[in-house]
Amino acid sequence: MSIAMALFIVCGALTIFGAVGLILAKEPVHSALSLILVMVALAVLYLLLGAEFIAAIQILVYAGAIMVLFVFVIMLLNAGEEVRTNLSRLARWVGLPLGVFFLAEMGYLLFHEYAGRAAGAANAPVVASTTDLSMKLFTEFVLPFELTSILILIAVLGAMVLARKEPQ
Amino acid sequence: MVPISYYVILSAVLFGLGVVGFVFKRNIITIFMAIELMLNAVNLAFVAFGTEFNQLDGLVFVFFVIVVAAAEVAVGLGIVIVVARNRKSLNVEDVNLLKF
Repeated sequence: MSIAMALFIVCGALTIFGAVGLILAKEPVHSALSLILVMVALAVLYLLLGAEFIAAIQILVYAGAIMVLFVFVIMLLNAGEEVRTNLSRLARWVGLPLGVFFLAEMGYLLFHEYAGRAAGAANAPVVASTTDLSMKLFTEFVLPFELTSILILIAVLGAMVLARKEPQ
Repeated sequence: MVPISYYVILSAVLFGLGVVGFVFKRNIITIFMAIELMLNAVNLAFVAFGTEFNQLDGLVFVFFVIVVAAAEVAVGLGIVIVVARNRKSLNVEDVNLLKF
Protein backbone atom coordinates (compact mmCIF):
# COMPACT_ATOMS: atom_id res chain seq x y z
CA MET A 1 0.00 0.00 0.00
CA SER A 2 1.44 3.33 -1.02
CA ILE A 3 1.72 6.23 1.36
CA ALA A 4 -0.90 8.18 -0.62
CA MET A 5 -3.40 5.37 -0.14
CA ALA A 6 -2.69 5.22 3.58
CA LEU A 7 -3.12 8.99 3.86
CA PHE A 8 -6.38 8.79 1.91
CA ILE A 9 -7.76 6.06 4.17
CA VAL A 10 -6.82 7.94 7.36
CA CYS A 11 -8.23 11.28 6.18
CA GLY A 12 -11.32 9.72 4.59
CA ALA A 13 -12.06 7.91 7.85
CA LEU A 14 -11.56 11.20 9.73
CA THR A 15 -14.04 13.03 7.47
CA ILE A 16 -16.69 10.33 7.89
CA PHE A 17 -16.04 10.19 11.64
CA GLY A 18 -16.47 13.98 11.84
CA ALA A 19 -19.64 13.94 9.74
CA VAL A 20 -21.20 11.22 11.89
CA GLY A 21 -20.13 13.18 14.97
CA LEU A 22 -21.88 16.26 13.58
CA ILE A 23 -25.12 14.31 13.30
CA LEU A 24 -24.89 12.49 16.64
CA ALA A 25 -23.66 15.35 18.85
CA LYS A 26 -26.30 16.88 21.09
CA GLU A 27 -24.50 20.15 21.78
CA PRO A 28 -24.11 22.50 18.80
CA VAL A 29 -20.53 23.29 19.87
CA HIS A 30 -19.60 19.61 19.51
CA SER A 31 -21.17 19.60 16.05
CA ALA A 32 -19.11 22.65 15.11
CA LEU A 33 -15.87 21.03 16.32
CA SER A 34 -16.69 17.87 14.34
CA LEU A 35 -17.24 19.99 11.23
CA ILE A 36 -13.83 21.64 11.74
CA LEU A 37 -12.31 18.15 11.84
CA VAL A 38 -14.05 17.33 8.55
CA MET A 39 -12.73 20.49 6.92
CA VAL A 40 -9.12 20.00 8.02
CA ALA A 41 -9.15 16.38 6.83
CA LEU A 42 -10.63 17.54 3.51
CA ALA A 43 -7.80 20.06 3.17
CA VAL A 44 -5.31 17.19 3.48
CA LEU A 45 -7.24 15.31 0.77
CA TYR A 46 -7.02 18.38 -1.50
CA LEU A 47 -3.25 18.46 -0.95
CA LEU A 48 -3.14 14.78 -1.81
CA LEU A 49 -4.95 15.58 -5.07
CA GLY A 50 -2.38 18.27 -5.83
CA ALA A 51 -4.62 21.30 -5.30
CA GLU A 52 -2.46 23.33 -2.93
CA PHE A 53 -4.26 26.67 -3.30
CA ILE A 54 -7.67 25.10 -2.63
CA ALA A 55 -6.23 23.34 0.44
CA ALA A 56 -4.92 26.68 1.72
CA ILE A 57 -8.21 28.53 1.30
CA GLN A 58 -10.08 25.55 2.72
CA ILE A 59 -8.14 26.03 5.96
CA LEU A 60 -8.18 29.84 5.86
CA VAL A 61 -11.77 30.49 4.82
CA TYR A 62 -13.69 27.40 5.90
CA ALA A 63 -11.92 26.18 9.02
CA GLY A 64 -10.84 29.70 9.91
CA ALA A 65 -13.44 32.30 9.04
CA ILE A 66 -16.69 30.39 8.56
CA MET A 67 -16.38 28.05 11.52
CA VAL A 68 -15.26 30.89 13.80
CA LEU A 69 -18.47 32.67 12.77
CA PHE A 70 -20.46 29.55 13.66
CA VAL A 71 -18.81 29.17 17.05
CA PHE A 72 -19.33 32.89 17.68
CA VAL A 73 -23.05 32.67 16.97
CA ILE A 74 -23.40 29.54 19.13
CA MET A 75 -21.73 31.44 21.97
CA LEU A 76 -23.81 34.57 21.32
CA LEU A 77 -27.13 32.73 21.33
CA ASN A 78 -26.12 30.50 24.23
CA ALA A 79 -27.23 27.46 22.25
CA GLY A 80 -27.76 24.57 24.60
CA GLU A 81 -28.69 20.94 24.20
CA GLU A 82 -30.92 20.06 21.31
CA VAL A 83 -34.53 19.06 21.89
CA ARG A 84 -35.20 15.73 20.23
CA THR A 85 -38.52 15.19 18.51
CA ASN A 86 -39.97 12.12 16.88
CA LEU A 87 -40.21 11.94 13.13
CA SER A 88 -43.57 12.80 11.65
CA ARG A 89 -45.48 9.97 10.01
CA LEU A 90 -44.80 11.34 6.53
CA ALA A 91 -41.06 11.54 7.20
CA ARG A 92 -40.97 8.00 8.54
CA TRP A 93 -42.92 6.22 5.81
CA VAL A 94 -42.08 8.32 2.76
CA GLY A 95 -38.92 10.23 3.61
CA LEU A 96 -36.78 7.40 4.90
CA PRO A 97 -37.44 4.97 2.00
CA LEU A 98 -36.88 7.78 -0.49
CA GLY A 99 -33.61 8.72 1.20
CA VAL A 100 -32.40 5.12 1.17
CA PHE A 101 -33.46 4.79 -2.47
CA PHE A 102 -31.61 8.01 -3.39
CA LEU A 103 -28.39 6.84 -1.72
CA ALA A 104 -28.63 3.38 -3.30
CA GLU A 105 -29.21 4.89 -6.73
CA MET A 106 -26.27 7.25 -6.37
CA GLY A 107 -24.01 4.45 -5.14
CA TYR A 108 -25.06 2.18 -8.01
CA LEU A 109 -24.45 4.88 -10.61
CA LEU A 110 -21.04 5.82 -9.19
CA PHE A 111 -19.86 2.22 -9.00
CA HIS A 112 -21.25 1.48 -12.44
CA GLU A 113 -19.64 4.54 -14.00
CA TYR A 114 -16.28 4.70 -12.30
CA ALA A 115 -15.39 1.16 -11.30
CA GLY A 116 -13.84 0.66 -14.73
CA ARG A 117 -11.91 3.91 -14.53
CA ALA A 118 -10.04 2.97 -11.38
CA ALA A 119 -7.24 1.28 -13.30
CA GLY A 120 -6.83 4.20 -15.69
CA ALA A 121 -6.20 6.69 -12.91
CA ALA A 122 -2.82 5.34 -11.98
CA ASN A 123 -0.92 8.28 -13.47
CA ALA A 124 0.80 10.66 -11.10
CA PRO A 125 -1.21 13.75 -10.16
CA VAL A 126 -0.41 16.95 -11.95
CA VAL A 127 0.07 19.58 -9.31
CA ALA A 128 -2.33 22.39 -10.14
CA SER A 129 -0.01 25.29 -9.56
CA THR A 130 -1.34 28.48 -8.03
CA THR A 131 0.14 30.42 -10.95
CA ASP A 132 -1.96 28.53 -13.49
CA LEU A 133 -5.04 28.83 -11.33
CA SER A 134 -4.70 32.59 -10.88
CA MET A 135 -3.96 32.97 -14.58
CA LYS A 136 -7.27 31.29 -15.36
CA LEU A 137 -9.09 33.19 -12.62
CA PHE A 138 -7.95 36.61 -13.83
CA THR A 139 -8.39 36.04 -17.56
CA GLU A 140 -11.18 33.63 -18.37
CA PHE A 141 -13.16 34.03 -15.15
CA VAL A 142 -12.47 37.69 -14.42
CA LEU A 143 -16.12 38.77 -14.68
CA PRO A 144 -17.42 36.15 -12.19
CA PHE A 145 -14.48 37.03 -9.94
CA GLU A 146 -15.46 40.69 -9.89
CA LEU A 147 -19.10 39.75 -9.36
CA THR A 148 -18.18 37.77 -6.24
CA SER A 149 -16.82 40.96 -4.69
CA ILE A 150 -20.22 42.59 -5.19
CA LEU A 151 -21.87 39.47 -3.76
CA ILE A 152 -19.73 39.66 -0.63
CA LEU A 153 -20.44 43.38 -0.27
CA ILE A 154 -24.20 42.72 -0.44
CA ALA A 155 -23.84 39.81 2.01
CA VAL A 156 -22.00 42.01 4.51
CA LEU A 157 -24.63 44.74 4.22
CA GLY A 158 -27.43 42.17 4.54
CA ALA A 159 -25.88 40.60 7.62
CA MET A 160 -25.52 44.00 9.27
CA VAL A 161 -29.12 44.98 8.47
CA LEU A 162 -30.44 41.65 9.76
CA ALA A 163 -28.43 41.49 12.95
CA ARG A 164 -28.67 45.08 14.19
CA LYS A 165 -30.97 45.94 17.06
CA GLU A 166 -34.40 47.25 16.12
CA PRO A 167 -34.72 50.90 17.10
CA GLN A 168 -37.39 51.05 19.77
CA MET B 1 -2.12 6.42 -6.48
CA VAL B 2 -5.63 6.61 -5.12
CA PRO B 3 -8.25 5.89 -7.79
CA ILE B 4 -10.68 8.69 -8.58
CA SER B 5 -13.67 6.50 -7.73
CA TYR B 6 -12.63 6.41 -4.06
CA TYR B 7 -12.76 10.19 -3.86
CA VAL B 8 -16.14 10.32 -5.58
CA ILE B 9 -17.58 7.66 -3.29
CA LEU B 10 -16.22 9.47 -0.21
CA SER B 11 -17.83 12.64 -1.57
CA ALA B 12 -21.16 10.85 -2.05
CA VAL B 13 -21.02 9.42 1.49
CA LEU B 14 -20.28 12.86 2.95
CA PHE B 15 -23.13 14.38 0.94
CA GLY B 16 -25.49 11.65 2.15
CA LEU B 17 -24.46 12.28 5.77
CA GLY B 18 -25.09 15.98 5.17
CA VAL B 19 -28.59 15.24 3.90
CA VAL B 20 -29.25 13.02 6.92
CA GLY B 21 -28.09 15.77 9.26
CA PHE B 22 -30.19 18.34 7.41
CA VAL B 23 -33.32 16.21 7.74
CA PHE B 24 -32.87 14.87 11.27
CA LYS B 25 -31.40 17.75 13.22
CA ARG B 26 -33.73 20.16 14.97
CA ASN B 27 -31.30 22.93 15.92
CA ILE B 28 -31.23 25.65 13.28
CA ILE B 29 -27.45 26.19 13.62
CA THR B 30 -26.71 22.49 13.25
CA ILE B 31 -28.91 22.35 10.15
CA PHE B 32 -26.79 25.15 8.73
CA MET B 33 -23.66 23.12 9.47
CA ALA B 34 -25.15 20.14 7.62
CA ILE B 35 -25.58 22.39 4.57
CA GLU B 36 -21.89 23.35 4.85
CA LEU B 37 -21.03 19.65 4.98
CA MET B 38 -22.91 19.08 1.72
CA LEU B 39 -21.07 21.99 0.08
CA ASN B 40 -17.76 20.48 1.19
CA ALA B 41 -18.70 17.11 -0.27
CA VAL B 42 -19.46 18.74 -3.62
CA ASN B 43 -16.13 20.60 -3.46
CA LEU B 44 -14.30 17.31 -2.98
CA ALA B 45 -15.97 15.89 -6.10
CA PHE B 46 -15.04 19.05 -8.05
CA VAL B 47 -11.38 18.84 -7.05
CA ALA B 48 -11.22 15.09 -7.71
CA PHE B 49 -12.67 15.42 -11.22
CA GLY B 50 -10.61 18.52 -11.92
CA THR B 51 -7.35 16.71 -11.24
CA GLU B 52 -8.54 13.51 -12.91
CA PHE B 53 -9.27 15.25 -16.21
CA ASN B 54 -6.38 17.69 -15.74
CA GLN B 55 -8.70 20.69 -15.96
CA LEU B 56 -8.26 23.76 -13.77
CA ASP B 57 -11.94 24.74 -14.21
CA GLY B 58 -12.92 22.41 -11.38
CA LEU B 59 -10.61 24.25 -8.98
CA VAL B 60 -11.95 27.63 -10.13
CA PHE B 61 -15.46 26.39 -9.39
CA VAL B 62 -14.40 25.30 -5.91
CA PHE B 63 -13.04 28.79 -5.36
CA PHE B 64 -16.41 30.31 -6.28
CA VAL B 65 -18.30 27.77 -4.16
CA ILE B 66 -16.21 28.75 -1.14
CA VAL B 67 -16.86 32.45 -1.78
CA VAL B 68 -20.61 31.87 -2.08
CA ALA B 69 -20.57 29.70 1.04
CA ALA B 70 -18.89 32.49 3.00
CA ALA B 71 -21.52 35.00 1.83
CA GLU B 72 -24.29 32.51 2.58
CA VAL B 73 -23.04 31.92 6.12
CA ALA B 74 -22.80 35.66 6.81
CA VAL B 75 -26.42 36.26 5.77
CA GLY B 76 -27.73 32.95 7.14
CA LEU B 77 -26.31 33.45 10.61
CA GLY B 78 -27.80 36.96 10.59
CA ILE B 79 -31.18 35.36 9.91
CA VAL B 80 -30.54 32.80 12.67
CA ILE B 81 -29.85 35.61 15.15
CA VAL B 82 -33.08 37.38 14.17
CA VAL B 83 -35.12 34.16 14.43
CA ALA B 84 -33.60 33.34 17.82
CA ARG B 85 -34.35 36.86 19.04
CA ASN B 86 -37.98 36.79 17.90
CA ARG B 87 -38.87 33.20 18.79
CA LYS B 88 -36.63 32.84 21.87
CA SER B 89 -35.74 29.36 20.60
CA LEU B 90 -33.37 27.65 18.18
CA ASN B 91 -35.69 24.74 17.45
CA VAL B 92 -36.89 24.82 13.84
CA GLU B 93 -40.27 23.37 14.86
CA ASP B 94 -41.01 26.65 16.65
CA VAL B 95 -40.68 28.50 13.34
CA ASN B 96 -43.92 27.39 11.72
CA LEU B 97 -45.75 30.46 10.45
CA LEU B 98 -45.57 29.21 6.86
CA LYS B 99 -46.36 25.61 7.78
CA PHE B 100 -49.27 24.07 5.89
